[in-house]
Amino acid sequence: MLKEIKSLIDKEIRLELRQKYALNGMILYVVSTIYVCYLSFRLKSNQIDKITWNTLFWIILLFTAMNAIAKSFTQERFGRLLYYYTLASPVGIILSKIVYNTLLMLVLALVGFGVYAIVMGNPVEDIGLYLLSIVLGAVGFSSTLTMVAGIASKAENSSTLMAILSFPIIIPMLIMLLKISKNALDGLDRGSSMDEILTLLAIDGIVLVLSVILFPYLWRS
Amino acid sequence: MKNWYKYLSVILLGYVMIWGIMGPIPRQPVLHETARNLYFHVPMWFGMFAVLSVSVWNSIQYLRTSDMLHDTKSAEYANTGILYGIVGIITGSVWARYTWGTWWTSDVKLNGAAIGLLIYFAYIILRGSFNDEQQRARISAIYNIFAVALLIPLLIILPRMTDSLHPGNGGNPGFKPMDTEHTMRIVFYPACIGWICLGFWITNLRLRLRNLEQIHQEIN
Repeated sequence: MLKEIKSLIDKEIRLELRQKYALNGMILYVVSTIYVCYLSFRLKSNQIDKITWNTLFWIILLFTAMNAIAKSFTQERFGRLLYYYTLASPVGIILSKIVYNTLLMLVLALVGFGVYAIVMGNPVEDIGLYLLSIVLGAVGFSSTLTMVAGIASKAENSSTLMAILSFPIIIPMLIMLLKISKNALDGLDRGSSMDEILTLLAIDGIVLVLSVILFPYLWRS
Repeated sequence: MKNWYKYLSVILLGYVMIWGIMGPIPRQPVLHETARNLYFHVPMWFGMFAVLSVSVWNSIQYLRTSDMLHDTKSAEYANTGILYGIVGIITGSVWARYTWGTWWTSDVKLNGAAIGLLIYFAYIILRGSFNDEQQRARISAIYNIFAVALLIPLLIILPRMTDSLHPGNGGNPGFKPMDTEHTMRIVFYPACIGWICLGFWITNLRLRLRNLEQIHQEIN
């Protein structure tokens, strides 16, 4: 099982590296979105509310995640998908996709954070906690969106569907992330974010378990 | 007596309509007579929870058995849930206009309700985007289960972590401690049961209509 997942992740990474334009495209997407925001606000550095700074960053990450993960079931041709399905178990496929998308999101989020901090200024006081919230966010976004991408890929006009299906269900996660990152921004005592971190981990757990249970049904069609 | 819940709903809601308007209620600042909205607004959410639970239950059953009847049921119960949600938001909004002075405000319960409705609108649109019946049934069932499991933290955990403007939350006067003579309780509980039964009745009618439409199509 673990070996199967590992080789599937390997395949995803190799596929990604083989068509570098896709990865570079996503990185460029983050960077240019950040730059658009920067120019729209016409910032001299640090002249933006902390709350706006934080919210804007998470909104950018959310849209990046949507774009990056939406293609995880559509980039490969139908015949090849069918071929994987005869080789691997559905649980292996969904877990490998989630792990791979998490890695991808981590790269995008960290690059995004770096660029964002450079152009928009960096008011974060507790960098460690902020990075933790980014990691938790990457795991949460990628596991939820992978499943939704699977659902949306079965329908026509899947890009609209992807947005309307995932936005409402990702809100609880986003609220928790905003709270944790706001605490990190203000440099509050880490103990005060414990509740939110635990809730977020619980939500991530629910999503993972549900994906493992539900994906085999999705895969059959 | 397979129609017991229909009789029950007529009797209880008749009682709620009459005694809910005429019966005595405890005097409270700000709320005054608007407290009677408790009999109409709050049961909407209980009703919505009840029918949506049945909808999710039918989705799970569909995945287990692949019986199309479960799919139809799950869709129709979700429709009734949406109806209850909309009525709940309207009754709440009108009430809020007279007590809080605004139609809509940022309150955790309001946000939860709005997001819940967004999820079910998305569910309806998802259903509309499939031509193949089997595929529509399976994929919408998956989304239904997935979405509800993520809605649970939103509706149950988050409201407990923040204060709400609603009566009975965050130091606002609710009806429970004031209602020493049970004047509101004897209307509120029947109202909940009555509205839930009405929800099942509405769904039942819709299901029969769907069934007749199908027969009609098969004949032509």
